[in-house]
Order: sequence, then C-alpha cells, then structure tokens
Amino acid sequence: MSIDESTAARVAKLARIKVEPEALPALAGEFNTILGFIEQLNEVNVDGVEPMTSVTPQVLKRRADVVADGDQQAKVLANAPDAREGFFAVPKVVE
Amino acid sequence: MLDLTYDTPKPRVIAGAKYDWELVIGMEVHAQVSSNAKLFSAASTKFGAEPNANVSFVDAAMPGMLPTINEYCVEQAVRTGLGLKADINLHSAFDRKNYFYPDLPQGYQISQLYHPIVGEGEVLVEMGDGTARLVRVERIHLEQDAGKSIHDMDPNMSFVDLNRTGVALMEIVSRPDIRGPEEAAAYLGKLRQILRYLGTCDGNMQSGSMRADVNVSICRPGDYEKYQATQDFSHLGTRCEIKNMNSMRFIQAAIEVEAKRQIAIVEAGGAVQQETRLYDPDRNETRSMRSKEEAHDYRYFPDPDLLPLVIEQAWVDHIGATLPELPDAKKARFLNDFGLTDYDASVLTADLDSAGYFEAVAQGRDGKMAANWVINELFGRLKKDESTITQSPVSPGQLGQIIDLIASDAISGKIAKDVFEISYTTGRDPAEIVETEGMKQVTDTGAIEAAVNDIIAANPDQVAKARENPKLAGWFVGQVMKATGGKANPKAVNQIVAAKLKP
Repeated sequence: MSIDESTAARVAKLARIKVEPEALPALAGEFNTILGFIEQLNEVNVDGVEPMTSVTPQVLKRRADVVADGDQQAKVLANAPDAREGFFAVPKVVE
Repeated sequence: MLDLTYDTPKPRVIAGAKYDWELVIGMEVHAQVSSNAKLFSAASTKFGAEPNANVSFVDAAMPGMLPTINEYCVEQAVRTGLGLKADINLHSAFDRKNYFYPDLPQGYQISQLYHPIVGEGEVLVEMGDGTARLVRVERIHLEQDAGKSIHDMDPNMSFVDLNRTGVALMEIVSRPDIRGPEEAAAYLGKLRQILRYLGTCDGNMQSGSMRADVNVSICRPGDYEKYQATQDFSHLGTRCEIKNMNSMRFIQAAIEVEAKRQIAIVEAGGAVQQETRLYDPDRNETRSMRSKEEAHDYRYFPDPDLLPLVIEQAWVDHIGATLPELPDAKKARFLNDFGLTDYDASVLTADLDSAGYFEAVAQGRDGKMAANWVINELFGRLKKDESTITQSPVSPGQLGQIIDLIASDAISGKIAKDVFEISYTTGRDPAEIVETEGMKQVTDTGAIEAAVNDIIAANPDQVAKARENPKLAGWFVGQVMKATGGKANPKAVNQIVAAKLKP
C-alpha cells in the first residue's frame, strides 16, 4: 500500500490536523515508511493462530452498575476555551 | 401453549408513472440501555440533569483516562438478545469508530463492528389483520451514545452538553425484511414492547431512548423474492438511509416520500445515490445530509484500551432463566386460557401493567367479561382522564367485585356502569356501594309482575298497539325499569312483559 499526497491530505483532514500543502510530500513519505515497516508482518504465516490480545493472561475488567462519578461541572469545563451556562461553547456547527 | 400462526402480509406496492414498485426496508434501532451508570464510566445516566453534571473524566476524554465496562449493561444486551431469540456471542470485542464532532470528545465512538455481542434473532411483527411479518435481526451491538449539541441558544455558537456522552446503547440491526411503511412502524412498536417487557430499555421515544435509522430501497415486483432465495443484494435497488427518526408517524411518512423520490429518479433514467438523508416533517421531504466530499470514513479499528469481552455460557443461561413471559407467549396464553379475541389479547398484552391488571381481574372469573370491563370501561374512563393503568383509582379487586355482582344477578349490566363510575370517582368498594345506595336489582318476580300489571292497567291504548306490533313491548319494559328505579332484573322484566302482552 502506498500513500500519495492526496491521501495524506485526506487523512489530515479527517483528523482535523492542519497540514500546509508544501508539507504533504514529506508527510506522505513518512506514512509510507511506517506502512513499509509494518508490512514486514505480512511475511509471517499466521494461519490457525489465535489473535493475541494481551501478553499476560488478563480478562476484561468489569464495573458494577453504580453511580460514583460526576457532579463536577466546573472541573469538566475547566480546560474549555469557552463555556457558558454550564455548556461547552463552540463555533456554530449546524448541518 | 397455543401456536400463533399468521399469513404473510402483502408487500406495499407503489405505482410509478411507468411501473409498479415494491419497497425494501431495513432498520437500525438505537435503544438506550436501562442502567444507572454509563457503559464505560461511573457517571449517572439520569435524564434532565444540569448540563455537564453527569460527566466523568472518562466521558470527557481527558488524557490518560481508561474505560471500564459496566457489567449490567452487558447483561442487559444479553437479556435483549435472548428476548429476540438470538444467538449470544460468548466472545465479542470493541472497536473505535472515528469521526470528528464537538459532542464526541474522544474523537471516536466505542462500538462493536467486527464482533458484536448478539447475533441473529427475529421479531414477529403482527399487522393487526391476521397477518404478521417475521423480521430477522442481523445483530445487536453495544456502543456509546454521543453528547448533545444545542444550536438555538446563541446566534454564533453551538452549546455542547456531555451528559449523554457514553451512555450505553444497543444498536439492533434488522435484515431488509420490512416491506412497507406500516410494517416499519409495527416493527418498531413490537421491538419497543419486547424491550419494555424485558426491562432493558424504557422505550421512551420523546426523550430519545429509542431512535431509528431507516434504510429504504425500491425494486420491481419479483426482485425481492430473488434476493430472498439467494441473499444476493444485487437484486435490490440502491438504498438511502434516513437518520435519527423518533416518531412512528414520521417514520411512515418519511419512507413513503423517500420511496416516491427514488421511483421518480429511476423512472426518469437516473440512478439513486447511496447516501444519508434527513426527513423534514414540515415540508414532508427527505434531504441529503452530507455532501459527497465530506462522506464519512470511520477508519474502524479494534480499541486498544479494551480487551475482548468474554462471557460464560452459565451466566447467559442464568439470565435466560430469569426472562419474563414475553409478549407473544403472553398473548397466546391469553387467547388460550381466557378465550379472548385476537384484538383484545393484543390490547391487554401491549404492556406489562395492563396485562397484570387484567390477569388479576380475570382470575377465577369469566375472561371475556373481564376483558370487556378492563378495555371498554376502565381503559375508556382512564383515557378520558388522560390517565394510565398504573394510576387507576379502581383496583383489580374492585373491578372484579363488579363482575361478581353482575354474575350473581345482584346488579344489571347497566347499574354496574353506575357502580363503576361511583367507585372510580370515590374509590369505594362496589359491594359496599350497591349495599349502601340500595342499587341491588329486584329479582323477585312477584314485585316485577305487580309493576308490569300497574303499567298495563294504566295504558290500555299502548297495550292494544303492542299486541298488533310486538316491537312496541320495549316501551313497557322501559316504563317498568323507570318505575323500579332501574333496579328490576331486565331479563325478568322482558319475560313478564312478553307474557302479559300475549293476546
């Protein structure tokens, strides 16, 4: 798989990361290096091998259905660039 | 148990300018799991809290926070799957569905694309006319809800509330087995009924606890059968998805208008574009929701924060053993044990409260009579008050007393309605009302005969007429009832009047 400049631009846009056009060739190159490195894994035959999800024998931890968090509106909003009347305020996003 | 067998309903056919067309519909229903806390955090799910009050740092996607799954939400999904006779996957896993929106602070929704917790099931959708459609459920997966954006509080800003962020949803995905707007609404109604019986979702559509995305395509008659035989989608038309519907009425209208839009495109030689659309009830039309260049690319991948979800068959069996009697079984039992009509059985099993009330009334009494009193008198009266069965001022025991009083000929059906009204407004016991108010009917034939004799003696002209035209006997019955304050047994009055008027 090879990433060209337009694919790099698309990935950047989906991630909402601004990339100047002149930076795109280098970005596409970096993507290709990463993918090329990972593609080495295709050389390994994994037929019949169970996917390994953890290096230690763990199971998914579960919690009981108990409310023990929340009521911290000020903390939740503390990092927001703009907050009003208990809401995050963001530039208008209506479709 | 009585087996419920139905004919298959005919698919809805819409006549285009050139050809007839059939509809093919599949639905994705998002049902909010009834739970105290969210799917991956300990914040509350309670509706109507202050903005951003029910938010943990997990929900707000603060760096370093890790999700921990709520076991009860998993149990609810399993219970729902069992209620839809579905396969439960003991091994499932969570994936990230990536997209950017202000009310999704993580930048992704945790969902189950590749390995859902529930597999294939089915829903029997009765159409009320003796037909029913068996709609296959493809899968149910657990996922997080997003937050809420409010666009009308400020001219330039959108306001975001994360209270709903991370609340557990079950996405119930049907196969394209639904064949018309009415069937779509009935499918949603039946699903809602089953979830409410199971207690896994409150089914409140106004508050958004149940929402549906509706996939609509059109095909020529005969094509759908080819799809059914082969499961090859190429026999069907290109589908459009109408997003986020939470009203049965609008779902029907939206399907209707969307099908007509597609028919017009295809008959004019065009092609339907697969896309997401929104229904506008004010203009009764669907509109494209996103332009093509912004088409979503969700870049799904397994969530590295969460190990696979592995559950035990013994736990599934335990949940299965605690399932309540479900609507189809309850209806079959009501038909069988109480001799009800299909309609009455459907009305009485619509929800658990109604069914429970009816059963308490019908216990040891005539089932049909109990059904009549619950549906016609009680439900009618409650409806007049815009009240519900749980608020009924008349208890099942009290309604049962009324039925017993009729059955023992203590009161007539007509007086019973008066007794019911008094009991409804005062909460008094019917037996006591009849006793105290002297409403017991006169079954003493001697007393009735005397009353009939008086009326006949006082109205010789009417007697002559009635002897020529027996239909006029009703006038005498009416006079006798009036004279006895409505307390005479109508059956006895009828017999005596008829006998006395014989020439």
